[in-house]
Amino acid sequence: MARARVDGRELAAIFAGGFVGAIARLALADAWPPRAAHWPWATFVVNIAGGLALGCFAAALHDRTPVPSYRLRFLGTGFCGALTTFSTMQLELLRMLDAGDGALAAGYALVSIAGGIAAVAIGTAAVRRVRARTATA
Amino acid sequence: MSALVVVGVGALGGLGAIARFLLDEAIGRRAGRAFPYGILAVNLSGALALGFVAGVALHGDAYRLVAGGLLGAYTTFSTWVFDSHRLGEEGRPWLGALNVVASLLLGLAAVWLGRHAGAAL
Repeated sequence: MARARVDGRELAAIFAGGFVGAIARLALADAWPPRAAHWPWATFVVNIAGGLALGCFAAALHDRTPVPSYRLRFLGTGFCGALTTFSTMQLELLRMLDAGDGALAAGYALVSIAGGIAAVAIGTAAVRRVRARTATA
Repeated sequence: MSALVVVGVGALGGLGAIARFLLDEAIGRRAGRAFPYGILAVNLSGALALGFVAGVALHGDAYRLVAGGLLGAYTTFSTWVFDSHRLGEEGRPWLGALNVVASLLLGLAAVWLGRHAGAAL
């Protein structure tokens, strides 16, 4: 069944998830302030953790349903989407290149992307394995 | 962070997430879902805007609200790597690799361009 083009409940779920995710990301950035010419740990950690969480949530909530649920909109689109950030990572990379630190920039980009994809794969595989085990038990 | 800034970051983060969803849906309806054009457009426009905000040297709570709250939540890393992973899983690893490389290189160009524009003001 097609959902209305603008579903207020869906938008509310995304807003609520985004609200929590953005505050969590900023709180971590405050606790772990970035330093020039250093690995941006706060951004790196939220991005990897958000990739892992999205892999889990999507596998648990969306693998067998055609339309994403409100719960997935809250947890995935809202929370994981806002917890993780692309723009901050790109600005950090540009500043590393500004400082002539190409090796740090290449390492940060490579480890973030490879780590992020690995985190999605691990989250997805873990949830599917648990589901397969409970289904046969 | 003061309580007001925390609530502001949350509210702008929520609005950023809604804007991402609506743009992604609108682009997906037109361009199809074979390639994540929607999230690519979101991430590139957000990187351009963040570069601009850094270029005009916004700082303090204003920077935290706009850069951290709004643009940080509008753009997303998790969906980017998630889509790349799923493209590989669905037997289209080259599209997944293209999504990774195009976003990264165009994102760097966007943030650089935005910063130039902001600094020129």
